[in-house]
Amino acid sequence: MERFTYLGVLLFIFVGSAWLEIALRTRVLRRWKRLLLALAIPFTLFVIWDIWAIVTGHWSIDPDRTVGIKLFGIIPIEELIFFVVVPLASILSLEAVRSVKGWPLGDELPGDEAPVNDAPSSTAGGDTK
Amino acid sequence: MTYTQIGIAVVIASIVTDVLILRTRLVTRRGFWVSYAIVLFFQLLTNGVLTWLQVFRYSDTMIVGSQPDQGPPPFIGNGRIAFQPFEDLLMGFSLCLLATSLWIFWGRRGVQRTPMSGPPIWRRSGSGAAARAAGADPGGSGHGQSAA
Repeated sequence: MERFTYLGVLLFIFVGSAWLEIALRTRVLRRWKRLLLALAIPFTLFVIWDIWAIVTGHWSIDPDRTVGIKLFGIIPIEELIFFVVVPLASILSLEAVRSVKGWPLGDELPGDEAPVNDAPSSTAGGDTK
Repeated sequence: MTYTQIGIAVVIASIVTDVLILRTRLVTRRGFWVSYAIVLFFQLLTNGVLTWLQVFRYSDTMIVGSQPDQGPPPFIGNGRIAFQPFEDLLMGFSLCLLATSLWIFWGRRGVQRTPMSGPPIWRRSGSGAAARAAGADPGGSGHGQSAA
């Protein structure tokens, strides 16, 4: 079971954030095209960084606590999953806060907040399109 | 470059990306910082477990602290916070900011901008965060930003 340590933590992160999709109606997984576009660049950059850091010895990952599948024989599959699950959890967290609090994040249109008399100033304050 | 130097550089790069390149300016949004506080709590927890168990081990020359030859690193001290090198927090912040600012960027560009998030299932149905901010915001607590 030891070799599922890292995978188990990843599962915890996924389950611990994915419930927001249902309970808070974050609609992040449902908007999967936007999600994939958002994840592609961080995933690529951080995986390259990770591969480089492993090769140059900045850090190492315990082979006994990973399942043993590696990309290029270097980077454990758990690390690849990490760079999907963690950014996803960040986006779910962001949308969860918006779901509960209604605070603007910059992708609203003026019409979305039309009935609020202070909406135009909040839009002008944060957006330059 | 050490992990420390790269970590600092990556934080700066992610802020520059958010503010100047994508112009999403999430670092100026209260909602971003509240969500990051949640992410940070879970990073300290989950990454703390992984570094305590030494799933990750770090080169002594690449972090401010050091990696014990055997046994777990200290909970706090020697450059570590909740067992993890503080450099991991730099990486975590930049990963979170880059992903969320790109999420907002693509929404702004019109890629699945809607349906927007919310409301929570325990609240009366509406058409999402914006509608609720408009109609059912108790005491106007959600609009401090516009007063600034």
